[in-house]
Amino acid sequence: MTDPQNSPILEARDLHMAFGGLVVFEHLNFTLGRGERHAIIGPNGAGKTTFVGLVTGLLRPTSGDVLFNGRVITHESPQQRVKAGIARTFQINSLFKALNPLASVVIALAQREGRANVSLRSVSREGKLIDEANALLVKFGLADDALTVTETLPYGKQRLLEVALAFALRPQLLLLDEPAAGLSTAQGHELFRQLAVLTADTTVLFIEHDMNLVFRYADRVSVFAAGALVVQDTPDKIRTHPRVREVYLGT
Amino acid sequence: MTTIATVLFNGVAYGMLLFIMSVGLSVTMGMMNFVNLAHASFSMLGGYVLVVVTQQLGLPFLISLPLAFVVAGLVSLVVERTIFRYFYGTDDLTQVLLTLGLIFMSIAIVTYFWGGTYQQIRVPSWLTGQQDVLGLTLERYRMFLVAVGAVLALVLIFGLERTRFGACVRACVDNARVARACGLNTELVFAVTFAIGGGLAGLAGALSANLLGIDPNFPLRYLVYLLIVVSVGGMGTITGTLVAALLLGVADVAGKYYAPEIGGFVIYTITVLVMLWRPHGLMGRRA
Amino acid sequence: MSTISEPATDRSTPASQYFAGLARWRVWEILFWVALVGLFFVPDANLPLYGQIVIWGLFAMSLDLLLGYRGIPSLGHAAFFGIGGYAAGYLGKFGWIEPISGLVIAALLAGVIGWLTGRLIQRVSGIALLMVTLGLNLILNDVVHRQSGLTGGDDGLQGIEVAPVLGLFRFDIFGRTAYLYALAVTFVLFLLARALVKSPFGLALLGARENPRRMIMLGAPLERDVTTVFAIAAAFAGAAGALLTQTTQFVSPTSLSFQRSADVLVILIIGGTGRLYGAFIGAFVFLILRDWLAELSPVYWYFWIGLLLVVMVAFFRKGIVPSLEALVRRVRRR
Repeated sequence: MTDPQNSPILEARDLHMAFGGLVVFEHLNFTLGRGERHAIIGPNGAGKTTFVGLVTGLLRPTSGDVLFNGRVITHESPQQRVKAGIARTFQINSLFKALNPLASVVIALAQREGRANVSLRSVSREGKLIDEANALLVKFGLADDALTVTETLPYGKQRLLEVALAFALRPQLLLLDEPAAGLSTAQGHELFRQLAVLTADTTVLFIEHDMNLVFRYADRVSVFAAGALVVQDTPDKIRTHPRVREVYLGT
Repeated sequence: MTTIATVLFNGVAYGMLLFIMSVGLSVTMGMMNFVNLAHASFSMLGGYVLVVVTQQLGLPFLISLPLAFVVAGLVSLVVERTIFRYFYGTDDLTQVLLTLGLIFMSIAIVTYFWGGTYQQIRVPSWLTGQQDVLGLTLERYRMFLVAVGAVLALVLIFGLERTRFGACVRACVDNARVARACGLNTELVFAVTFAIGGGLAGLAGALSANLLGIDPNFPLRYLVYLLIVVSVGGMGTITGTLVAALLLGVADVAGKYYAPEIGGFVIYTITVLVMLWRPHGLMGRRA
Repeated sequence: MSTISEPATDRSTPASQYFAGLARWRVWEILFWVALVGLFFVPDANLPLYGQIVIWGLFAMSLDLLLGYRGIPSLGHAAFFGIGGYAAGYLGKFGWIEPISGLVIAALLAGVIGWLTGRLIQRVSGIALLMVTLGLNLILNDVVHRQSGLTGGDDGLQGIEVAPVLGLFRFDIFGRTAYLYALAVTFVLFLLARALVKSPFGLALLGARENPRRMIMLGAPLERDVTTVFAIAAAFAGAAGALLTQTTQFVSPTSLSFQRSADVLVILIIGGTGRLYGAFIGAFVFLILRDWLAELSPVYWYFWIGLLLVVMVAFFRKGIVPSLEALVRRVRRR
């Protein structure tokens, strides 16, 4: 057994993934260190979102393995992986449109605590969950909108809720698929500033196109291109890396 | 040996009827994702056109068939333009309820005009009786059905593969949004396809009147068969619909002949199993 | 994990007030049930009809758990109504004449078969789901039709005996006992359903209705929950079927026909989904209207039911109860 403190939290070994005849990954190897704030960048079609799908179990690789905390999870269901401590947000908001943020967060907390089994006990008696939901909404600046139907919230607030739902699970690993997508530059920075504070103790893997955000908030960066990990390094090195220029500029 | 062949033949004849009846529904469901239960009512309409034309007007049987096609086609075109097109893109259940309501209305309307009893159908003498073919004694009317069904199947498959309009239909089934973006007048394609599909249902209703009988409960009785054919065959495929219709026709006739006490059990069970095994049908695109 | 939940530490936060408010009984809710009891005391009231309305309401409410709260449409819900109805019928025919235990057994049987059905359909959706539920309904209907030696075929099951409720209240020809019995059973089951939908499980059902993919990524056991709610809905439908059998001492294949599956769907849609009360309001409107129309034009009344359905779907897709709620909210805001 390796020491869990020093071993990587997430590993992909020789992942191969194809949709029908379309090969997305061939021999992808990837390592994510515990506590990192790690960005994945790369042109469209590089397989970034597919990679997140493989880690969360919504997609299954053709071959190869995914390891979480040193344990092979390739054949575990998405739900098992969530229980193990992996949470994600989606590139396009995936919310409970007709419910309000409070109910949405309570749903997430009830799942985390295993309190959503068949019962005749009113939600109002789950005091701890409600208090925690309330505190979480305050943290994300959604307290004033807690009882507003989600689909009527402004887009920026919905984006925050998207993150709050994943965050409510208290994950060890948080996967954020373009969290700032659709936000203005100012809003994007605001979101990342909040995230940096909120997720200080969590390993975060995020996909992001805005290089300013990446270089400012990531402490490591991976560059994906055409289904392969091109390079992985610190933001400073990435900025000047010749292969990165090649990937983006095609020279 | 000869009974097996006869049962098989009768099953195929029945299957051809089901094919003509349901092929329009399959294509429009594949194209617009619209669940039109009232398709069965268009069939009934065709049956009553036959009744009016042959019994009340005294015109020949062969004239009533194209008339059934035209009348049912026109009515379905009107219904599509005035009602259905506002419900494209709503959920399955809304469409089911809407068209179920239309079935109820069509049943009441038909009862109002023609009463609730089965209609007497007379077909020309050259289509009655039996004929010896290759040592088998086959009913002439069923032979006629098989011939009509086969010709229509060929025309439809050929038309879809080889004509310009067929290409438009295929594009719309494949992805209506992209087809629209490429400058195709999808509204027109929808409407024409709907009319042809409804017309074919009407034709099938007229053809089936002699064999299945025609009364106001016709839509509810055969709705289930239509849905089975479409969902088992896979929406939007003509060959899938043909295969499923023939399979269902043979299974139903054989089931009723060899094991009358379990009857419909056979086909319903097959349906449930196919749906669990391949939710998009045997030849469904997304299976 | 503690099994005893604690009240919110701060009861004055809007959050805890919100959920407490959801669970609280409203005045109109109490009035609704009082009115149903009150009908019993109205002289010359058509109690057999009102009893039917209550039973249909219960039946539609069971579908609401499935469709309104979990978003699973079923074209074959009458199968469970019929299973409960026939189970109660056989019990009464073969000597088990105590009604309450008979009702419980019938409901449990329907629930078990519902659970098995739920296992079958837990991964299916869309048109395939409609087809599978319809197909299973038709299979059952077909079996009951054909095994006429066992089921009485189209003539239905005759000679069903039911003992007095609690050994005291005999079923009378005016339907007085039948009405109170149906109302009492329905009220108890309504209380269970109400508590269920306001529990964290009920909230999880709503979540899965709104967004199954998100529920997966929250670690929710989606498929198990589908099976569970299917079983519960089936048990409730079975109880409704058993009630109808016991109060009329008769059950026939119409109780599990496709027509009945369609009718209960229509009732729920008219009343409105996801409210529980929509089921009862829908049953009231549908049955009163059906009675009235059938008297007006015995042959063509289905035209008006069809037209009603089309108009509802086109203009009041939400149904009566949610539309009324929206109206009340608008008036209040003014």
